[in-house]
Amino acid sequence: MANLLKIFTKDSFVLALVSIILGLLLGAVVMLIGGYDPIVAYSALFSRVYGDSYNFGEAIREMTPLILTGLAFAFAARAGLFNIGGEGQFLVGMTAASIVGIKLHGLPAIIHAPLAIIAGAVFGGLWAAIAGYLKAKRGVNEVITCIMMNWIGLYLANLVINQFALMEGENRSVDIQPSASISIEWLSQMMGNARVHWGTVIAVLAAVFFYIFLWKTKQGYELRAVGFNQDASRYAGMNVNRNIVKAMFISGVFAGLAGAFEVLGVFHYQSVMAGSPGTGFDGIAVALIGMNNPFGVLLGSVLFGTLTYGSAGMSFSADVPPEIIRIVIGSIIFFIAAQGIVRWVVKPLYSKRKKEKVL
Amino acid sequence: MSWLTLGELIHTTLVFATAIIFASLGGVFSEKSGVTNLGLEGLMVFGAFAAGVGGFYAEQAGLGGTSAAWVGVLSAAVFGILVSLIHAVASITFKADQVISGIVINFLAAGSTLYMVKLLFEGDGDTGRIQGFSEISIPYLVDIPVLGNAFFQAYPTTYLAILLVIIGYFTLYKTPFGLRLRSVGEHPGAADTVGIKVNRLRYIGVMISGALAGIGGATITLTTTNMFSHNTVSGQGYIAIAAMIFGKWNPLGAFGAAVFFGFSQAIRNYVQLFAWSQSIPQEIIFMLPYLLTIIVLVAAVGRSRAPAALGQLYDPSKR
Repeated sequence: MANLLKIFTKDSFVLALVSIILGLLLGAVVMLIGGYDPIVAYSALFSRVYGDSYNFGEAIREMTPLILTGLAFAFAARAGLFNIGGEGQFLVGMTAASIVGIKLHGLPAIIHAPLAIIAGAVFGGLWAAIAGYLKAKRGVNEVITCIMMNWIGLYLANLVINQFALMEGENRSVDIQPSASISIEWLSQMMGNARVHWGTVIAVLAAVFFYIFLWKTKQGYELRAVGFNQDASRYAGMNVNRNIVKAMFISGVFAGLAGAFEVLGVFHYQSVMAGSPGTGFDGIAVALIGMNNPFGVLLGSVLFGTLTYGSAGMSFSADVPPEIIRIVIGSIIFFIAAQGIVRWVVKPLYSKRKKEKVL
Repeated sequence: MSWLTLGELIHTTLVFATAIIFASLGGVFSEKSGVTNLGLEGLMVFGAFAAGVGGFYAEQAGLGGTSAAWVGVLSAAVFGILVSLIHAVASITFKADQVISGIVINFLAAGSTLYMVKLLFEGDGDTGRIQGFSEISIPYLVDIPVLGNAFFQAYPTTYLAILLVIIGYFTLYKTPFGLRLRSVGEHPGAADTVGIKVNRLRYIGVMISGALAGIGGATITLTTTNMFSHNTVSGQGYIAIAAMIFGKWNPLGAFGAAVFFGFSQAIRNYVQLFAWSQSIPQEIIFMLPYLLTIIVLVAAVGRSRAPAALGQLYDPSKR
């Protein structure tokens, strides 16, 4: 409990909170300039998300992949790698899970669903590991490989669905077997058929795994050491190259899981996509809001999910263009990054507190 | 494939490459000064938006197609510079992480351009059709078989892009300004010691990238799509980043890489002309350019060296 309290009074937490408030204020200013009432807009936003159980369930569904793609980016970042390839890893993981979910027949759910999840995780991980391997062995910048792998992943996903699992006359795959579904039926029925699924639970557990692995194990220590200083780590006898590949693999596992859950828990089929869905890129934003900390990522995805899911309600009942929320999220990240500005804003508060202590 | 279509292929390559040439050249200037610029995508979106709006209102004001389009290019450059200042202020003055503040630009771009378009065009998601540029052909040269069609009939922006690559190369490697800009990206401490204003040069580098990436976005609006909507740019900025790295942070290299990407996009339109392409799923043809990039990088190019101080904040007290 004392630990928990420490998190909430920590400098970084206060800065993040102030950044969020500043971002919302800036969004309000932009709304005023556009001739909209920010109070009406924001209350429409929050009442959509937290107003009834269906929308609440759907908002949680929206947050789930963000947790995982956020963790994916944050994990690689802790090892000093810039994984901009979450998008491709997400799609490849999704496709692997789809194929296992569609093609395997007659398995009990207790085996089929985990198998599909593992397929998604492993393929997402391998997809990312390619970028890691090329960086470690050939010195190819991971940013450029990841960008390329995003496109290749998109077309590969479409290729596999088109060739092996297309529903006749439709631009999507056939449905996965019921035994591969990870929807929580009873909860879904309670929440007005909101598409809630077990993936959310696994996503939260993944954040816990992230924390334990990086800060409580020797391997995690190595990864972080490599992230801090490659040369020093090499000098200390660590295998830097292996750590790079390992970090990218685990990072990709998170993103692959995100994709797998979208098929197994939400849609139960996979569409042929004209363009990337953007979940991988949104994960970068979530990780940045969460300052690459696993629990920060959880909070970041709650914030991001609330704002984006709620923004639809904003346009519906207050007629405000929902794009404004991208501005709010962008400025929140901006303020978190440019802490100098935020420190300047909170400075008066801090100095007042110190004066009181003196008295 | 006949010679005629080969000329067409080169022509289409240049059309697709133009936007990437501008943006990756911009990226080179920012990163040579030591500031990572992942915001190229966003800067292009802002540029495409400004070109759409500027071009639209210029046409409304009665300017002819080409002059209105040049107004669009100019607004894109100005808007690009203004937006790039967000990146500059955050990452240079307020010492924010350069990677993050670049991503912020991308985020702001996606939301705010659509918001503004909806405000300006009464709820519509696009600017409405504009005339944009039309192709110009260079007299006599255009009559050369194959080559004339390929190189001497193009949008004016393509010629501008090639001109700017040459100017950019000359500026970076043959002028005192270029030397200073590069020194700031390689060793800001040493540059500071000899009296070079590190932060000022970095601001200039970022602003040049804003102008160029903005114009890059503008060329898409003014030559390819003839309007601005949310998916006008769709990933070209990320390709530009890849082209910049692929081209080893050199204007000529970035140009070559951009043409390579342009070619890979153009080839999609032409590969259907080959009989053998019918037996290959089109997704494989689509992914080929990206696959090829990775193979080329691994096999031939290998380690690319970024400017030494790229992404690092300059703190005079730690000199």
